[in-house]
This record gives sequence, structure tokens and C-alpha cells, in this order.
Amino acid sequence: MKKILTTLLLLLVSVQIFAQGEGSAVADTLAGSDKIYVVVTCVTLILLGLLIFLFSVERRIKKLEKKS
Amino acid sequence: MYKSWWKILGSVLVVYSTIAGFLFTVPPLPILHQSIRNLYFHVPMWFSMITLFSISVYHSVKYLRTNNEEDDLKSVQSINAGIVFGILGLVTGSVWARFTWGQAWSFDVKQNFAAIAMLLYFAYLVLRNAIDEEQKRAKISAIYNIFAFPMMVVLLFVLPRLSDSLHPGNGGNPGFNAYDLDSHMRMVFYPACAGWIMIGGWIYSILFRVASLEKKKLV
Repeated sequence: MKKILTTLLLLLVSVQIFAQGEGSAVADTLAGSDKIYVVVTCVTLILLGLLIFLFSVERRIKKLEKKS
Repeated sequence: MYKSWWKILGSVLVVYSTIAGFLFTVPPLPILHQSIRNLYFHVPMWFSMITLFSISVYHSVKYLRTNNEEDDLKSVQSINAGIVFGILGLVTGSVWARFTWGQAWSFDVKQNFAAIAMLLYFAYLVLRNAIDEEQKRAKISAIYNIFAFPMMVVLLFVLPRLSDSLHPGNGGNPGFNAYDLDSHMRMVFYPACAGWIMIGGWIYSILFRVASLEKKKLV
């Protein structure tokens, strides 16, 4: 009985190792709380802002090209 | 160059790849873990740089054939845009290396050669600024550019493969295609590359148009 119990206990210890192998802790936390969407929204906003800025710069150049 | 559909397409692809790059699943990888998502941002920088430098060589060859000042201007401005992407590639690469290889600069062959390739193009700009006479400047820098391009290709894609490198795909290290890049990642990686190349081309076209406007005003 004791032997079986220790075997089971040690098996439980090894379960932990499997759990670590499957998905990294970062992956769990990344998906765990939905806060990653906040970061995605911010990054997307910055990107969109920069792209809109590029479009506006181009519009200004177009005006200058028409003048010259 | 003046049409806007490919600029919108590039923007859409880049925005898509950024959102998907954060949210899509990635395969579980040792050491890299979630930082494999950097593949969608770090590698397209280099591809954009190489595309811009190729555009530059094309215009340098064209300049030597036609002696048209516009081609010279195009070749400089595409190098200017390419250098921005190259620096971004170096910096993002060092950040990624800091957290996966342990050091920002571990003197990995590809890192070193990428830095040398950047120096080659810095030298191009220095060479240009050192020559006052316009036609001579255009001709000499066009010839330099044509020689610098194959050097850059050799430094980035040939020499790192001959020795051990931490970068994948070098020195017997399997490339991303072999194991790591699964079909989920391809769905993000290829659009990311295409999108960033288009954005690079767009920035180059804006730089060129500003420079040619400046030139017109000077004359």
C-alpha cells in the first residue's frame, strides 16, 4: 500500500512537469486574462495613426506637385 | 507609384498581421516560447530592406544607361528608406536576442554581417556627400551601389551559412521552414512580409517625391 501511495505521489509530481511542457506559463497568462486585447488595441491604434499620417503626408505632397 | 490601391492593401496587410501576430496561436517552442511572434515583425524589416536596396540597384543601373537625374534620386531615396528598415531590423533583432540568446549582441555571424552590410550602405551615403559635382556624384555612387548590393547579399545569405550561427537556417541549424513555421504561422508571416514591403515602397516613394520637389525649387 505504501509503495503504491508513494508511486502515485511521485506520478503526481511528474504530472506537473507535463503541465509545464504543454503550454508555457507565458502562453497561459497571455490567453488567461483578456488583457492582451488591450495591448493589441493600443498597437493597432498606433499603427493606424502612423498609416493615416503617411496618407496625409502624401496628400500634402500631391498638393505641392500640382502647384509646381 | 502614384496609385493608392497598393498602399491601402499594404496598410490592411500590416494591420492584419499585427493583430493576428498577437492573437493567433503559435506552436509551443523551447526557449523562444511566445517570442516567436517576433518573426512577424523582425523578419519583414529585413525583407523590406532588401527589396528597397534591389529597387535602388535597378535605378542605379538605369542611371548609368540613361544619365537621367531622376534615376539617381530614386536610387538614393530607396537606400534612405532601406537603411531605416535595416536599423529597425538590427534593433528588434538585438531586443529579441537579449531575451532568447541571453545577450543583445552575442557576436553571432549573421548579426555581425548584418551590421557590416549596414555600414556598407552608410559608406554609400558618406561617399555621396563627399562629392560636390552632381554628375560625378551620381555616377560614382551608382557604381558603388551596384557593387555593394551583391556584397550585402553575400554577407546576409551566404557567409552566415558557412559557419555556426544562432540564427535559424544557418550552419546546419534548420531554418524556420523545416519545423517551426507551421501553417498557422504562414497565414500571418507571408502577409506580414508582403505588407511591410509595400509600406517600405510607399515610404520610399514619399521620400523620392519630396526630394524631387526640393530639387525643383532649387533650380
